Amino acid sequence: MLKIINISKYFDQVKAVNNVSINVENSSMIGIIGRSGAGKSTLLRTINRLTDATSGEILFQNQNILDFKKKDKLEWQKNCAMIFQQFNLVPRLDVLTNVMLGKLNEMSTVRASLKLFTSEERHAALNLLNKFGMMQTALQRAETLSGGQQQRVAICRAMMQDPKLILADEPIASLDPLNARLVMESLRKIHDEQNITVICNLHTLDTAKQYCDRIIGMQNGEIVFDDLPSKLTNQKAREIYGAEADEAFEGTMTSVSLESADFKKTA
Amino acid sequence: MYSDNILGFETIEKNLKAMAFKRLIYSFISILAILFLLSSGLTIAEENNAGSFQRGLSKFFDYPVDLFKEAFESGWRWYAYVFKYLPDLISTINMAFFSTLFGAIFALLLSLFASKNLIKNQYIVTLSRRTMDILRSFPELVIAMIFLYLMGKSELPAVIAIVIHTAGALGKLFSEAIENADNKPIEGLQSCGASWWQRVRFAVIPQVVPLFISYTLLRLEINVRASTILGFVGAGGIGEALSAVIQFRYGDEIIAIMFLLVITIISLDYFSRFLRGRLIGDNK
Repeated sequence: MLKIINISKYFDQVKAVNNVSINVENSSMIGIIGRSGAGKSTLLRTINRLTDATSGEILFQNQNILDFKKKDKLEWQKNCAMIFQQFNLVPRLDVLTNVMLGKLNEMSTVRASLKLFTSEERHAALNLLNKFGMMQTALQRAETLSGGQQQRVAICRAMMQDPKLILADEPIASLDPLNARLVMESLRKIHDEQNITVICNLHTLDTAKQYCDRIIGMQNGEIVFDDLPSKLTNQKAREIYGAEADEAFEGTMTSVSLESADFKKTA
Repeated sequence: MYSDNILGFETIEKNLKAMAFKRLIYSFISILAILFLLSSGLTIAEENNAGSFQRGLSKFFDYPVDLFKEAFESGWRWYAYVFKYLPDLISTINMAFFSTLFGAIFALLLSLFASKNLIKNQYIVTLSRRTMDILRSFPELVIAMIFLYLMGKSELPAVIAIVIHTAGALGKLFSEAIENADNKPIEGLQSCGASWWQRVRFAVIPQVVPLFISYTLLRLEINVRASTILGFVGAGGIGEALSAVIQFRYGDEIIAIMFLLVITIISLDYFSRFLRGRLIGDNK
């Protein structure tokens, strides 16, 4: 279904992503782990075409999406929804409009400019908000919501796009444990119910192990691990995280497992 | 771990002191530079002054005192003058409204192409910026006088002049506001497959609209004054009336017009504050 072949992305001399290949045969929930600066975000941004890859191919249903231009590129982005660490909603617009913006790609310029959403679109957006427990905030401005709420609105916007693939770039890194769990459960639910492939950058190991069917470890822009979560040994994980291992293992700040949060003091 | 922190604090402290010292030096140099410019400017002014500065100073107050005396002596007639000049004032305000509106529209169009975060092509950005520079580099008075010469005495040359200047001046402020806008919503919409215009419409404009409104309202205030001044060179409105009564030294009428102008500016200020509060609604 999705085939990433030898993707590289260089920023001047820095190899952010170096010769990465990933093959996704069947719909699955994939977690990408690695320390900060390992190239996780850049990889997702290349898949969504927010950044252009330096070399390589990404095949989705046997089409190289890196060749897409203009309209095709926008349509690919519509099919490949993205969720961000900082939610990336429009703060001054209300929640309902924010969700409906997921439909922009299918709207004509005139209809979009005049904010003429159809009642079906409004219903669809409200249904999604209802599903993720955000219905009561529909008419509030996005900026008045908490981080966890904003992220759920962002998920609604992503679902509004009718995506074939969802990319989540550190979706829970700025959330408290409870909201982090809600967001991860939502993503898992989307995958389970609608069979959409979800690729999720995660900073903490236990989250990745708990929610993903497959874990990809990245280090210095390269893939160093790609297998089932159960195959990921502690030693391998320590190697992937390097100096950030303690943080990633404990995951006190961004972990989804409230009860297992174990505050070890390293004074 | 703990001792590391203390060392860190010491280094930061040292760097902070170095930074503070550098800032102190810079401030000192700037103050010296300003003092130098000020004193040299005053010297030049003194050298070029034909008469005595002090004699001029006493005359400086004679004129307004005379004006007020005349206005006071004219008694009730003064109020009639206020109404006499009201149509002229309305015509001036009309000029200002019209030219601010059109100036702002042109400014908006120019500013979109002058913002680096919206246009990746450096040449278009530079071209738009230089265009705005040129548009606002000529004072309204100069442009108006050229157009008055070409088109004859009417209000249109003044409007054209103000539109040109407003487009350049507002355009620069607009494009700065756009460049300071948060990139995250723009990227969010880009990842949904929204086109360039859709990103501008839904991610940029909602963010910058409060600033755009207050800049435009401020410009409206400036343009009321500008269109008054342009009246002096024959563009009609209250400026032309003012220029006439000043020439004939009708003190009471001058005061009446001045009164109208001050009231207009003050009410515009209140109006813009009200409008801004209403449209933005988050000045809590």
